[in-house]
Amino acid sequence: MRRLQSLAGVVMGALFALIAMVSLVAAKERLVVSLSNQRVRINSVFSGTELVLFGAIERDDAPERRFGYDIVAIITGPRQSLLTLRKDRVFGIWVNVESRTFLDVPSYLAILSNRPFNQIAKPAVLHRLKIGFDYTIFTQRIGPDFADVVREDSFRRAFLRLQGERKLYLQTPNAVTFLAPTLFRASVPLPAEALVGSYAVEVMLFAEGEMIARTTSAFEISKVGFERFVVVAAHEYGLLYGIATVMMALTTGWLASIVFRRD
Amino acid sequence: MEIYLPIADLPVNVFLVFAMGLAVGFISGMFGIGGGFLMTPLLIFIGVSPAVSVATVASHIAASSFSGALLYWRRRALDLALALMLLVGGVVGTALGVWLFTRLRSIGQLDLVIALSYVILLCSVGGAMIAESIRAILRRRWGDNEDVRRPGSHTWVHGLPIKVRFKQSRLYVSVIPVWVIGFAMGFLGAVMGIGGGFILVPLLIYVLRVPTNVVIGTSLVLTLMTMATATVFHAVTNHLVDALLALILMLGGVIGAQFGAQAGQRMRSERLRLLLGLLIFAVGLRFAVNLFATPADLYSFRILEGEQ
Repeated sequence: MRRLQSLAGVVMGALFALIAMVSLVAAKERLVVSLSNQRVRINSVFSGTELVLFGAIERDDAPERRFGYDIVAIITGPRQSLLTLRKDRVFGIWVNVESRTFLDVPSYLAILSNRPFNQIAKPAVLHRLKIGFDYTIFTQRIGPDFADVVREDSFRRAFLRLQGERKLYLQTPNAVTFLAPTLFRASVPLPAEALVGSYAVEVMLFAEGEMIARTTSAFEISKVGFERFVVVAAHEYGLLYGIATVMMALTTGWLASIVFRRD
Repeated sequence: MEIYLPIADLPVNVFLVFAMGLAVGFISGMFGIGGGFLMTPLLIFIGVSPAVSVATVASHIAASSFSGALLYWRRRALDLALALMLLVGGVVGTALGVWLFTRLRSIGQLDLVIALSYVILLCSVGGAMIAESIRAILRRRWGDNEDVRRPGSHTWVHGLPIKVRFKQSRLYVSVIPVWVIGFAMGFLGAVMGIGGGFILVPLLIYVLRVPTNVVIGTSLVLTLMTMATATVFHAVTNHLVDALLALILMLGGVIGAQFGAQAGQRMRSERLRLLLGLLIFAVGLRFAVNLFATPADLYSFRILEGEQ
């Protein structure tokens, strides 16, 4: 009996929450986004690509905003752990002397917006929503401790610089363009080195320095056709794959000696 | 034309990789070496990760050394029995080398040890070959023949016990130095990711006194066998052999090796040794520069394995 009562309580609670949400949504703007491609296929001619994110702000009967809208999109790739090494001179030769492990950091991170982050919201808001590399958490293992360190930390800066050079980390304050007051698009560049896996897309709508709506989407990067066949073969059937590679080597060598036979 | 490599996970220009295979193949055919010490750094230079480079180069070397070995086989210019005997030591050496490789990696100084051993080994072998071949060239020019030790003459090595006859090489020698040389080759190959042909050839000539006409063929057979084993080993343990990359390299490599072998036979052997010595020395210097020069970037990073 008590169980039934508590169940009824939960249902009622959920109903109330739903009604509250609906009324809240009705009063405010809603965000609708769509990606040009839900599944990026890596085939043998893949050399990076560009996804387009389209979005619309549904205002319904929300009051007009005096300063217009701002959009921030954060795209996060599959997570991986990286070892960062620092070289120093020891007895005249350059040796890796110090290392830090970055744990479960995104392999790809793009923070896109329509104007500089600090013009969209106050630092406290940016910090809370992790908008900008300065506010993103990159957990490091330093000896036995796990922590994100200060922004000025040399390893953190080097890590961000190296990822930026590989075009895997980017923050672009002009990547989002408004086609109309409530219609926007953003291009998401994906380099060829982008890791296979699922990518999370988070889009946030700002007005007057506050986030007023948020929505998420996702896309997948996967290998197809021959590329997929090779990867599956290499990982599932290592021995056969190795023997096949050697046979391929021997055949190639043998063919060459037949083709170029001079005697 | 760009093509995406499935295991190396990056796009490369097919013609560039083919040309690299061709060039290294030419050199390997000319000198009877595998060319791993050239190909591995080249692949790393175009952005392939060192682990994938080492694993893939093994199969490329297998192809070009097989193509070269067939050429010498038709001329009966190789000693299969000697190659097999060397392989016995090679297997033990490879096992010990892999063990050391793993140990060094856990300490975290594998890169340094590899770079240092490249510098020491390449500079000393290259330097010795340059010196020896210049002496030989000068001797020929002045018609001075007094200090020539012909193949077949004896050193203390030939006084060791357990002698075996190698018919093709017209050699009656103890198996101990043969095993030791094979062991050293396997060990170096596993630790440094090189076939070791450029060390094996001089060792066979100067220590075992194997006649020069069968040295290159024999060296190619040993390289073929160790590299084929290494390919399978890499494929089974860490799945890092990129078959597509290997195929492009091989196609270039075997064609280059054919032309290289023909060019090599037209050249006088001491000139050939001088050229090879210079090449090896230059690669050694390149590694030395890397160690001593201030790097462009003090920071580097690598993805931790098994945690994709």
